[in-house]
Amino acid sequence: MRAYWAIFSARFRGLLQYRAAALAGLGTQLFWGLIRVMIFGAFYASSRRAAPMTFEQVVTYVWLGQGMIRLLIWRGDPAIEEMIRTGTVAYELTRPLELYWLWFSRSAANVTAPTVLRAVPMYALALALLGMQAPASLAAGGAWVVATAMAATLTAAMCTLVSISLMWTISGEGLSRLLPAAVWCLSGMVIPLPFFPDWAQPVLNALPFRAMMDVPFRIYVGHIGMSEWAAALGHQAAWTIGVVLLGRWVISRGTRRLVVQGG
Amino acid sequence: MRDAVRLYLHCISASIRSQMQYRLSFVFQTAAQFVVCGIDFLAMWALFDRFGSLRGWHLPEVALFYGMVHTSFALADAPSRGFDIFSGMVRRGDFDRLLLRPRSTAFQLAAHALDLRRIGRFSQGLAVLIYAICALEIDFTPGKVALLAFAMAGTACLFYGLIVLQATAAFWTVETLEIMNTVTYGGTETGSYPLSIYHDWFRRFFTFVVPLACVNYYPALAILGRAEAGGFAAAFGWFSPAVGLLFLLASLRAWRFGVRHYRSTGS
Repeated sequence: MRAYWAIFSARFRGLLQYRAAALAGLGTQLFWGLIRVMIFGAFYASSRRAAPMTFEQVVTYVWLGQGMIRLLIWRGDPAIEEMIRTGTVAYELTRPLELYWLWFSRSAANVTAPTVLRAVPMYALALALLGMQAPASLAAGGAWVVATAMAATLTAAMCTLVSISLMWTISGEGLSRLLPAAVWCLSGMVIPLPFFPDWAQPVLNALPFRAMMDVPFRIYVGHIGMSEWAAALGHQAAWTIGVVLLGRWVISRGTRRLVVQGG
Repeated sequence: MRDAVRLYLHCISASIRSQMQYRLSFVFQTAAQFVVCGIDFLAMWALFDRFGSLRGWHLPEVALFYGMVHTSFALADAPSRGFDIFSGMVRRGDFDRLLLRPRSTAFQLAAHALDLRRIGRFSQGLAVLIYAICALEIDFTPGKVALLAFAMAGTACLFYGLIVLQATAAFWTVETLEIMNTVTYGGTETGSYPLSIYHDWFRRFFTFVVPLACVNYYPALAILGRAEAGGFAAAFGWFSPAVGLLFLLASLRAWRFGVRHYRSTGS
Protein backbone atom coordinates (compact mmCIF):
# COMPACT_ATOMS: atom_id res chain seq x y z
CA MET A 1 0.00 0.00 0.00
CA ARG A 2 2.77 2.40 0.93
CA ALA A 3 4.52 1.79 -2.35
CA TYR A 4 1.40 2.69 -4.34
CA TRP A 5 0.91 5.80 -2.23
CA ALA A 6 4.51 6.84 -2.90
CA ILE A 7 3.99 6.42 -6.65
CA PHE A 8 0.79 8.46 -6.48
CA SER A 9 2.28 11.29 -4.45
CA ALA A 10 5.50 11.52 -6.47
CA ARG A 11 3.55 11.84 -9.70
CA PHE A 12 1.03 14.20 -8.08
CA ARG A 13 3.74 16.55 -6.86
CA GLY A 14 5.46 16.39 -10.23
CA LEU A 15 2.27 17.41 -12.05
CA LEU A 16 1.59 20.27 -9.64
CA GLN A 17 4.52 22.06 -11.28
CA TYR A 18 2.41 22.83 -14.36
CA ARG A 19 0.72 25.81 -12.76
CA ALA A 20 1.18 28.19 -15.68
CA ALA A 21 -0.62 25.83 -18.07
CA ALA A 22 -3.51 25.56 -15.64
CA LEU A 23 -3.76 29.33 -15.36
CA ALA A 24 -3.73 29.67 -19.15
CA GLY A 25 -6.58 27.20 -19.29
CA LEU A 26 -8.52 29.22 -16.75
CA GLY A 27 -9.19 32.02 -19.23
CA THR A 28 -10.69 29.60 -21.72
CA GLN A 29 -12.87 28.00 -19.08
CA LEU A 30 -14.06 31.39 -17.83
CA PHE A 31 -15.17 32.28 -21.34
CA TRP A 32 -16.94 28.97 -21.82
CA GLY A 33 -18.73 29.25 -18.51
CA LEU A 34 -19.79 32.83 -19.22
CA ILE A 35 -21.38 31.87 -22.55
CA ARG A 36 -23.32 29.03 -20.92
CA VAL A 37 -24.50 31.27 -18.09
CA MET A 38 -25.63 33.95 -20.55
CA ILE A 39 -27.50 31.45 -22.72
CA PHE A 40 -29.28 30.00 -19.71
CA GLY A 41 -29.97 33.51 -18.42
CA ALA A 42 -31.69 34.39 -21.70
CA PHE A 43 -33.77 31.22 -21.65
CA TYR A 44 -34.86 31.78 -18.06
CA ALA A 45 -35.65 35.45 -18.66
CA SER A 46 -37.89 34.80 -21.63
CA SER A 47 -39.65 31.52 -20.91
CA ARG A 48 -42.62 30.96 -18.65
CA ARG A 49 -42.33 27.18 -18.66
CA ALA A 50 -41.24 25.36 -15.51
CA ALA A 51 -37.56 24.48 -15.59
CA PRO A 52 -36.15 21.42 -13.83
CA MET A 53 -33.69 23.54 -11.81
CA THR A 54 -33.59 27.11 -10.56
CA PHE A 55 -31.37 29.57 -12.43
CA GLU A 56 -29.04 29.91 -9.42
CA GLN A 57 -28.61 26.14 -9.37
CA VAL A 58 -27.76 26.11 -13.07
CA VAL A 59 -25.16 28.86 -12.68
CA THR A 60 -23.49 26.99 -9.82
CA TYR A 61 -23.67 23.74 -11.81
CA VAL A 62 -21.98 25.39 -14.81
CA TRP A 63 -19.07 26.75 -12.77
CA LEU A 64 -18.65 23.48 -10.88
CA GLY A 65 -18.35 21.84 -14.30
CA GLN A 66 -15.74 24.30 -15.56
CA GLY A 67 -13.60 23.53 -12.51
CA MET A 68 -13.84 19.76 -12.90
CA ILE A 69 -13.26 19.69 -16.65
CA ARG A 70 -10.17 17.51 -16.39
CA LEU A 71 -12.20 14.64 -14.97
CA LEU A 72 -13.66 14.17 -18.43
CA ILE A 73 -10.40 13.67 -20.26
CA TRP A 74 -10.17 9.93 -20.37
CA ARG A 75 -6.93 9.06 -21.97
CA GLY A 76 -4.24 6.57 -21.27
CA ASP A 77 -1.12 7.55 -19.40
CA PRO A 78 1.29 8.91 -22.06
CA ALA A 79 4.19 7.38 -20.11
CA ILE A 80 2.63 3.92 -20.38
CA GLU A 81 1.92 4.45 -24.07
CA GLU A 82 5.58 5.29 -24.56
CA MET A 83 6.63 2.22 -22.55
CA ILE A 84 4.46 -0.07 -24.64
CA ARG A 85 5.76 1.41 -27.88
CA THR A 86 9.41 1.18 -26.91
CA GLY A 87 9.20 -2.11 -25.06
CA THR A 88 10.35 -0.80 -21.67
CA VAL A 89 6.99 -1.99 -20.35
CA ALA A 90 8.89 -5.22 -19.64
CA TYR A 91 10.54 -3.48 -16.68
CA GLU A 92 7.12 -2.71 -15.26
CA LEU A 93 6.41 -6.42 -15.09
CA THR A 94 9.53 -7.08 -13.04
CA ARG A 95 8.51 -4.73 -10.23
CA PRO A 96 7.33 -6.40 -7.02
CA LEU A 97 3.97 -4.67 -7.33
CA GLU A 98 0.69 -5.55 -8.90
CA LEU A 99 0.67 -4.00 -12.36
CA TYR A 100 -2.96 -2.90 -12.19
CA TRP A 101 -2.61 -0.93 -8.98
CA LEU A 102 0.73 0.48 -10.10
CA TRP A 103 -0.89 1.94 -13.21
CA PHE A 104 -4.00 2.92 -11.29
CA SER A 105 -1.91 4.96 -8.81
CA ARG A 106 -0.26 6.81 -11.65
CA SER A 107 -3.61 7.43 -13.39
CA ALA A 108 -5.08 8.70 -10.13
CA ALA A 109 -2.31 11.29 -9.89
CA ASN A 110 -2.76 12.19 -13.58
CA VAL A 111 -6.42 12.86 -12.91
CA THR A 112 -6.33 14.63 -9.55
CA ALA A 113 -3.36 16.98 -9.89
CA PRO A 114 -4.61 18.93 -12.96
CA THR A 115 -8.12 18.96 -11.51
CA VAL A 116 -6.93 20.51 -8.26
CA LEU A 117 -4.88 23.07 -10.16
CA ARG A 118 -7.87 24.16 -12.21
CA ALA A 119 -10.66 23.80 -9.70
CA VAL A 120 -9.19 25.87 -6.85
CA PRO A 121 -8.71 29.17 -8.74
CA MET A 122 -11.89 28.62 -10.76
CA TYR A 123 -14.06 28.14 -7.68
CA ALA A 124 -12.45 31.03 -5.81
CA LEU A 125 -13.20 33.33 -8.73
CA ALA A 126 -16.69 31.98 -9.39
CA LEU A 127 -17.72 32.14 -5.73
CA ALA A 128 -16.46 35.69 -5.37
CA LEU A 129 -17.59 37.24 -8.66
CA LEU A 130 -19.56 35.00 -10.97
CA GLY A 131 -22.68 34.02 -9.07
CA MET A 132 -21.61 30.56 -7.95
CA GLN A 133 -23.23 29.73 -4.64
CA ALA A 134 -22.04 27.90 -1.55
CA PRO A 135 -23.27 24.30 -1.05
CA ALA A 136 -26.97 23.94 -0.28
CA SER A 137 -26.10 22.88 3.27
CA LEU A 138 -23.08 21.84 5.27
CA ALA A 139 -24.08 18.20 4.89
CA ALA A 140 -24.51 18.68 1.15
CA GLY A 141 -21.00 20.13 1.04
CA GLY A 142 -19.66 17.07 2.83
CA ALA A 143 -21.53 14.69 0.53
CA TRP A 144 -20.23 16.66 -2.45
CA VAL A 145 -16.63 16.11 -1.31
CA VAL A 146 -17.27 12.36 -1.02
CA ALA A 147 -19.00 12.24 -4.41
CA THR A 148 -16.16 14.22 -6.05
CA ALA A 149 -13.58 11.84 -4.61
CA MET A 150 -15.60 8.94 -6.04
CA ALA A 151 -15.80 10.70 -9.40
CA ALA A 152 -12.02 11.05 -9.43
CA THR A 153 -11.59 7.38 -8.52
CA LEU A 154 -13.93 6.28 -11.29
CA THR A 155 -12.11 8.51 -13.78
CA ALA A 156 -8.76 7.07 -12.69
CA ALA A 157 -10.15 3.55 -13.22
CA MET A 158 -11.39 4.54 -16.69
CA CYS A 159 -8.01 6.02 -17.62
CA THR A 160 -6.27 2.88 -16.40
CA LEU A 161 -8.57 0.84 -18.61
CA VAL A 162 -7.66 3.00 -21.61
CA SER A 163 -3.95 2.56 -20.79
CA ILE A 164 -4.39 -1.20 -20.64
CA SER A 165 -6.20 -1.22 -23.96
CA LEU A 166 -3.01 0.21 -25.50
CA MET A 167 -1.53 -3.28 -25.07
CA TRP A 168 -3.72 -4.30 -27.99
CA THR A 169 -3.94 -1.24 -30.19
CA ILE A 170 -0.69 0.67 -29.46
CA SER A 171 -1.87 3.74 -31.37
CA GLY A 172 -4.92 4.29 -29.20
CA GLU A 173 -7.25 4.73 -32.16
CA GLY A 174 -10.79 3.55 -32.35
CA LEU A 175 -13.05 3.67 -29.35
CA SER A 176 -10.87 6.09 -27.47
CA ARG A 177 -11.63 8.66 -30.19
CA LEU A 178 -15.38 8.34 -29.98
CA LEU A 179 -15.56 7.97 -26.22
CA PRO A 180 -14.83 11.61 -25.28
CA ALA A 181 -17.82 12.84 -27.27
CA ALA A 182 -20.16 10.57 -25.38
CA VAL A 183 -18.57 11.44 -22.04
CA TRP A 184 -18.88 15.16 -22.69
CA CYS A 185 -22.58 15.03 -23.36
CA LEU A 186 -23.75 12.27 -21.02
CA SER A 187 -21.91 13.57 -17.95
CA GLY A 188 -23.69 16.93 -17.90
CA MET A 189 -20.80 19.04 -19.18
CA VAL A 190 -22.70 20.48 -22.15
CA ILE A 191 -25.98 21.10 -20.33
CA PRO A 192 -27.09 19.86 -16.89
CA LEU A 193 -28.62 16.42 -17.32
CA PRO A 194 -32.07 17.33 -15.87
CA PHE A 195 -32.61 19.49 -18.98
CA PHE A 196 -32.68 16.48 -21.27
CA PRO A 197 -36.19 15.16 -22.01
CA ASP A 198 -37.90 13.15 -19.28
CA TRP A 199 -37.94 9.97 -21.34
CA ALA A 200 -34.13 10.08 -21.55
CA GLN A 201 -33.62 10.38 -17.80
CA PRO A 202 -33.74 6.64 -16.89
CA VAL A 203 -31.03 5.94 -19.49
CA LEU A 204 -28.86 8.83 -18.28
CA ASN A 205 -29.32 7.67 -14.68
CA ALA A 206 -28.14 4.14 -15.43
CA LEU A 207 -25.01 5.06 -17.43
CA PRO A 208 -21.72 5.66 -15.59
CA PHE A 209 -21.04 9.11 -17.09
CA ARG A 210 -23.22 11.13 -14.73
CA ALA A 211 -21.08 9.92 -11.84
CA MET A 212 -18.28 12.28 -12.97
CA MET A 213 -20.18 15.57 -13.00
CA ASP A 214 -23.89 15.44 -12.62
CA VAL A 215 -24.08 13.48 -9.35
CA PRO A 216 -21.61 15.56 -7.31
CA PHE A 217 -22.94 18.83 -8.74
CA ARG A 218 -26.59 18.09 -8.04
CA ILE A 219 -25.70 17.05 -4.52
CA TYR A 220 -23.84 20.35 -4.11
CA VAL A 221 -26.71 22.53 -5.29
CA GLY A 222 -29.27 20.50 -3.35
CA HIS A 223 -31.04 19.13 -6.43
CA ILE A 224 -30.38 15.59 -5.19
CA GLY A 225 -31.82 15.61 -1.68
CA MET A 226 -30.41 13.86 1.37
CA SER A 227 -32.80 10.92 1.00
CA GLU A 228 -31.32 10.14 -2.43
CA TRP A 229 -27.66 10.42 -1.49
CA ALA A 230 -27.26 6.74 -0.70
CA ALA A 231 -28.60 5.73 -4.11
CA ALA A 232 -26.46 8.31 -5.95
CA LEU A 233 -23.25 7.40 -4.14
CA GLY A 234 -24.10 3.71 -4.52
CA HIS A 235 -24.39 4.19 -8.29
CA GLN A 236 -20.92 5.77 -8.33
CA ALA A 237 -19.44 3.01 -6.17
CA ALA A 238 -20.99 0.23 -8.23
CA TRP A 239 -19.56 1.59 -11.47
CA THR A 240 -16.16 2.19 -9.90
CA ILE A 241 -15.94 -1.40 -8.66
CA GLY A 242 -17.19 -2.65 -12.02
CA VAL A 243 -14.55 -0.74 -14.01
CA VAL A 244 -11.76 -1.79 -11.62
CA LEU A 245 -12.76 -5.47 -11.90
CA LEU A 246 -12.95 -5.17 -15.68
CA GLY A 247 -9.52 -3.53 -15.75
CA ARG A 248 -7.97 -6.27 -13.62
CA TRP A 249 -9.46 -8.97 -15.81
CA VAL A 250 -8.27 -7.28 -19.01
CA ILE A 251 -4.77 -6.66 -17.68
CA SER A 252 -4.36 -10.31 -16.71
CA ARG A 253 -5.29 -11.29 -20.27
CA GLY A 254 -3.02 -8.60 -21.67
CA THR A 255 0.11 -9.57 -19.75
CA ARG A 256 -0.30 -13.18 -20.83
CA ARG A 257 -0.13 -12.28 -24.51
CA LEU A 258 1.99 -9.14 -24.31
CA VAL A 259 4.61 -8.92 -27.04
CA VAL A 260 7.47 -6.69 -26.01
CA GLN A 261 8.47 -4.39 -28.84
CA GLY A 262 12.06 -3.58 -29.59
CA GLY A 263 15.13 -5.68 -29.15
CA MET B 1 -0.53 33.58 -60.03
CA ARG B 2 -1.38 30.51 -62.11
CA ASP B 3 1.88 29.03 -61.02
CA ALA B 4 0.99 29.62 -57.37
CA VAL B 5 -2.38 27.94 -57.78
CA ARG B 6 -0.74 24.95 -59.45
CA LEU B 7 1.81 24.66 -56.67
CA TYR B 8 -0.93 24.97 -54.05
CA LEU B 9 -2.99 22.21 -55.63
CA HIS B 10 0.10 20.05 -55.87
CA CYS B 11 0.81 20.43 -52.14
CA ILE B 12 -2.80 19.83 -51.19
CA SER B 13 -3.08 16.69 -53.27
CA ALA B 14 0.04 15.36 -51.56
CA SER B 15 -1.55 16.14 -48.20
CA ILE B 16 -4.76 14.33 -49.15
CA ARG B 17 -2.87 11.28 -50.36
CA SER B 18 -0.90 11.11 -47.13
CA GLN B 19 -4.10 11.28 -45.06
CA MET B 20 -5.60 8.49 -47.09
CA GLN B 21 -2.77 6.17 -46.09
CA TYR B 22 -4.44 5.74 -42.70
CA ARG B 23 -7.94 5.26 -43.93
CA LEU B 24 -9.51 3.65 -40.87
CA SER B 25 -8.04 6.25 -38.57
CA PHE B 26 -9.37 8.96 -40.89
CA VAL B 27 -12.85 7.49 -40.86
CA PHE B 28 -12.86 7.24 -37.07
CA GLN B 29 -11.66 10.78 -36.54
CA THR B 30 -14.13 12.23 -39.03
CA ALA B 31 -16.99 10.27 -37.49
CA ALA B 32 -15.89 11.36 -34.02
CA GLN B 33 -15.99 15.00 -35.08
CA PHE B 34 -19.44 14.57 -36.58
CA VAL B 35 -20.68 13.09 -33.30
CA VAL B 36 -18.98 15.72 -31.10
CA CYS B 37 -20.55 18.54 -33.09
CA GLY B 38 -23.87 16.74 -33.23
CA ILE B 39 -23.92 16.70 -29.44
CA ASP B 40 -23.76 20.48 -29.41
CA PHE B 41 -26.89 20.65 -31.47
CA LEU B 42 -28.54 17.95 -29.40
CA ALA B 43 -28.03 20.14 -26.32
CA MET B 44 -29.52 23.11 -28.15
CA TRP B 45 -32.51 21.04 -29.16
CA ALA B 46 -33.00 19.81 -25.58
CA LEU B 47 -33.02 23.38 -24.28
CA PHE B 48 -35.62 24.47 -26.82
CA ASP B 49 -37.62 21.36 -25.99
CA ARG B 50 -37.66 22.45 -22.33
CA PHE B 51 -38.12 26.19 -22.70
CA GLY B 52 -40.04 26.52 -25.97
CA SER B 53 -38.43 29.72 -27.16
CA LEU B 54 -35.52 32.04 -26.47
CA ARG B 55 -36.32 35.77 -26.42
CA GLY B 56 -38.75 35.26 -29.28
CA TRP B 57 -36.43 33.03 -31.31
CA HIS B 58 -37.42 29.48 -32.19
CA LEU B 59 -35.27 26.46 -32.93
CA PRO B 60 -35.30 26.64 -36.78
CA GLU B 61 -34.16 30.28 -36.69
CA VAL B 62 -31.39 29.60 -34.23
CA ALA B 63 -30.45 26.52 -36.28
CA LEU B 64 -29.75 28.89 -39.19
CA PHE B 65 -27.16 30.74 -37.06
CA TYR B 66 -25.75 27.45 -35.89
CA GLY B 67 -25.49 25.91 -39.35
CA MET B 68 -23.91 29.01 -40.88
CA VAL B 69 -21.22 29.43 -38.26
CA HIS B 70 -20.27 25.75 -37.97
CA THR B 71 -19.92 25.10 -41.70
CA SER B 72 -17.91 28.31 -42.10
CA PHE B 73 -15.59 27.46 -39.24
CA ALA B 74 -14.93 24.04 -40.76
CA LEU B 75 -14.13 25.74 -44.10
CA ALA B 76 -11.54 27.93 -42.36
CA ASP B 77 -10.21 25.20 -40.10
CA ALA B 78 -9.46 22.60 -42.78
CA PRO B 79 -6.88 24.60 -44.81
CA SER B 80 -5.22 26.31 -41.84
CA ARG B 81 -3.44 23.33 -40.29
CA GLY B 82 -0.08 24.89 -41.13
CA PHE B 83 -0.80 27.93 -38.97
CA ASP B 84 -2.01 25.62 -36.20
CA ILE B 85 1.34 23.87 -35.92
CA PHE B 86 3.34 27.04 -36.51
CA SER B 87 4.29 27.64 -32.86
CA GLY B 88 6.04 24.25 -32.86
CA MET B 89 8.00 25.32 -35.94
CA VAL B 90 9.18 28.44 -34.13
CA ARG B 91 10.18 26.47 -31.07
CA ARG B 92 12.26 23.99 -33.05
CA GLY B 93 13.69 26.64 -35.32
CA ASP B 94 12.10 24.95 -38.36
CA PHE B 95 10.62 28.21 -39.54
CA ASP B 96 14.08 29.25 -40.77
CA ARG B 97 13.73 26.70 -43.54
CA LEU B 98 10.54 28.31 -44.80
CA LEU B 99 12.29 31.66 -45.03
CA LEU B 100 14.80 30.21 -47.47
CA ARG B 101 12.21 29.03 -49.96
CA PRO B 102 11.19 31.25 -52.90
CA ARG B 103 7.55 31.63 -51.78
CA SER B 104 5.87 33.75 -49.15
CA THR B 105 5.70 32.16 -45.70
CA ALA B 106 1.93 32.60 -45.48
CA PHE B 107 1.56 30.73 -48.77
CA GLN B 108 3.72 27.86 -47.58
CA LEU B 109 1.80 27.47 -44.33
CA ALA B 110 -1.53 27.67 -46.14
CA ALA B 111 -0.37 24.95 -48.52
CA HIS B 112 0.92 22.80 -45.66
CA ALA B 113 -2.17 20.61 -45.43
CA LEU B 114 -5.88 20.33 -46.06
CA ASP B 115 -7.27 18.61 -43.01
CA LEU B 116 -10.00 16.35 -44.40
CA ARG B 117 -11.22 15.30 -40.96
CA ARG B 118 -13.01 18.63 -40.79
CA ILE B 119 -15.55 17.10 -43.14
CA GLY B 120 -17.10 15.78 -39.93
CA ARG B 121 -17.83 19.23 -38.57
CA PHE B 122 -18.76 20.60 -41.98
CA SER B 123 -21.30 17.92 -42.77
CA GLN B 124 -22.87 18.21 -39.33
CA GLY B 125 -23.23 21.99 -39.74
CA LEU B 126 -24.59 21.47 -43.23
CA ALA B 127 -27.20 19.03 -41.94
CA VAL B 128 -28.37 21.60 -39.40
CA LEU B 129 -28.38 24.31 -42.06
CA ILE B 130 -30.51 22.19 -44.37
CA TYR B 131 -32.88 21.46 -41.49
CA ALA B 132 -33.16 25.20 -40.81
CA ILE B 133 -33.83 26.04 -44.45
CA CYS B 134 -36.54 23.37 -44.66
CA ALA B 135 -38.17 24.23 -41.34
CA LEU B 136 -38.17 28.00 -41.85
CA GLU B 137 -41.03 29.31 -43.89
CA ILE B 138 -38.91 31.70 -45.88
CA ASP B 139 -38.93 32.38 -49.56
CA PHE B 140 -35.34 31.72 -50.54
CA THR B 141 -34.89 34.12 -53.41
CA PRO B 142 -31.67 33.94 -55.45
CA GLY B 143 -30.59 37.08 -53.61
CA LYS B 144 -30.93 35.39 -50.24
CA VAL B 145 -29.07 32.29 -51.41
CA ALA B 146 -26.27 34.55 -52.61
CA LEU B 147 -26.25 36.37 -49.27
CA LEU B 148 -26.05 33.04 -47.43
CA ALA B 149 -22.99 32.06 -49.48
CA PHE B 150 -21.48 35.54 -49.04
CA ALA B 151 -21.99 35.42 -45.27
CA MET B 152 -20.43 31.97 -45.01
CA ALA B 153 -17.44 33.06 -47.09
CA GLY B 154 -17.07 36.14 -44.87
CA THR B 155 -17.25 34.04 -41.71
CA ALA B 156 -14.67 31.60 -43.07
CA CYS B 157 -12.36 34.56 -43.86
CA LEU B 158 -12.83 35.95 -40.37
CA PHE B 159 -11.98 32.64 -38.71
CA TYR B 160 -8.99 32.15 -41.01
CA GLY B 161 -7.83 35.62 -40.02
CA LEU B 162 -8.17 34.77 -36.33
CA ILE B 163 -6.13 31.59 -36.82
CA VAL B 164 -3.44 33.61 -38.62
CA LEU B 165 -3.40 36.10 -35.73
CA GLN B 166 -3.10 33.26 -33.23
CA ALA B 167 -0.06 32.01 -35.14
CA THR B 168 1.36 35.54 -35.45
CA ALA B 169 1.38 35.89 -31.68
CA ALA B 170 3.77 32.93 -31.55
CA PHE B 171 6.51 35.12 -33.10
CA TRP B 172 6.71 36.80 -29.70
CA THR B 173 5.35 34.23 -27.25
CA VAL B 174 6.79 31.11 -28.97
CA GLU B 175 3.90 29.17 -27.38
CA THR B 176 0.42 28.97 -28.83
CA LEU B 177 -1.87 31.40 -27.06
CA GLU B 178 -4.58 29.09 -25.79
CA ILE B 179 -6.73 32.08 -24.95
CA MET B 180 -7.21 32.67 -28.69
CA ASN B 181 -9.31 29.52 -28.75
CA THR B 182 -12.02 31.55 -27.07
CA VAL B 183 -12.53 33.56 -30.26
CA THR B 184 -12.16 30.65 -32.70
CA TYR B 185 -13.89 27.69 -31.04
CA GLY B 186 -15.59 30.07 -28.63
CA GLY B 187 -16.67 32.28 -31.52
CA THR B 188 -18.33 29.29 -33.13
CA GLU B 189 -20.15 28.62 -29.89
CA THR B 190 -21.12 32.28 -29.56
CA GLY B 191 -22.34 32.56 -33.14
CA SER B 192 -24.53 29.48 -32.73
CA TYR B 193 -27.06 31.71 -30.98
CA PRO B 194 -28.32 35.11 -32.09
CA LEU B 195 -25.99 37.72 -30.64
CA SER B 196 -28.87 39.71 -29.18
CA ILE B 197 -29.29 37.23 -26.31
CA TYR B 198 -25.91 38.07 -24.78
CA HIS B 199 -24.85 40.89 -22.47
CA ASP B 200 -24.05 44.26 -24.04
CA TRP B 201 -20.31 44.20 -23.42
CA PHE B 202 -20.09 40.71 -24.91
CA ARG B 203 -22.10 41.73 -27.96
CA ARG B 204 -19.92 44.77 -28.50
CA PHE B 205 -16.78 42.64 -28.28
CA PHE B 206 -18.09 40.33 -31.00
CA THR B 207 -19.17 43.27 -33.15
CA PHE B 208 -16.29 45.72 -32.95
CA VAL B 209 -13.23 43.74 -31.83
CA VAL B 210 -13.94 40.37 -33.42
CA PRO B 211 -16.55 41.29 -36.05
CA LEU B 212 -18.49 38.04 -35.85
CA ALA B 213 -21.76 39.99 -35.86
CA CYS B 214 -21.00 41.41 -39.31
CA VAL B 215 -20.47 38.03 -40.93
CA ASN B 216 -23.02 35.95 -39.03
CA TYR B 217 -25.64 37.87 -37.06
CA TYR B 218 -26.58 40.73 -39.39
CA PRO B 219 -26.67 38.67 -42.62
CA ALA B 220 -28.78 36.05 -40.84
CA LEU B 221 -31.18 38.80 -39.72
CA ALA B 222 -31.43 39.94 -43.35
CA ILE B 223 -32.13 36.38 -44.51
CA LEU B 224 -34.76 35.90 -41.81
CA GLY B 225 -36.25 39.31 -42.61
CA ARG B 226 -35.98 40.43 -39.01
CA ALA B 227 -34.85 43.83 -37.84
CA GLU B 228 -32.90 44.51 -34.70
CA ALA B 229 -34.31 47.09 -32.34
CA GLY B 230 -31.89 49.98 -31.98
CA GLY B 231 -29.26 48.35 -34.19
CA PHE B 232 -28.02 48.96 -37.68
CA ALA B 233 -30.42 49.34 -40.59
CA ALA B 234 -31.68 46.09 -42.11
CA ALA B 235 -29.71 46.73 -45.29
CA PHE B 236 -26.46 46.52 -43.33
CA GLY B 237 -26.55 42.72 -43.35
CA TRP B 238 -26.37 42.63 -47.14
CA PHE B 239 -22.92 44.23 -47.16
CA SER B 240 -21.41 43.47 -43.78
CA PRO B 241 -19.86 40.06 -44.62
CA ALA B 242 -17.19 42.00 -46.54
CA VAL B 243 -15.79 42.90 -43.12
CA GLY B 244 -14.62 39.29 -42.80
CA LEU B 245 -12.46 39.65 -45.88
CA LEU B 246 -11.02 42.94 -44.60
CA PHE B 247 -10.23 41.22 -41.31
CA LEU B 248 -8.32 38.47 -43.12
CA LEU B 249 -6.32 41.01 -45.13
CA ALA B 250 -5.46 42.91 -41.94
CA SER B 251 -4.39 39.65 -40.28
CA LEU B 252 -2.06 38.89 -43.16
CA ARG B 253 -0.53 42.37 -42.74
CA ALA B 254 0.04 41.57 -39.07
CA TRP B 255 1.60 38.27 -40.14
CA ARG B 256 4.08 40.04 -42.43
CA PHE B 257 4.93 42.38 -39.57
CA GLY B 258 5.56 39.32 -37.39
CA VAL B 259 7.81 37.70 -40.01
CA ARG B 260 9.97 40.84 -40.11
CA HIS B 261 10.40 40.61 -36.33
CA TYR B 262 11.17 36.92 -36.30
CA ARG B 263 14.25 35.87 -34.41
CA SER B 264 15.16 32.24 -34.70
CA THR B 265 15.25 30.09 -31.59
CA GLY B 266 17.22 27.36 -33.33
CA SER B 267 20.91 26.76 -32.91
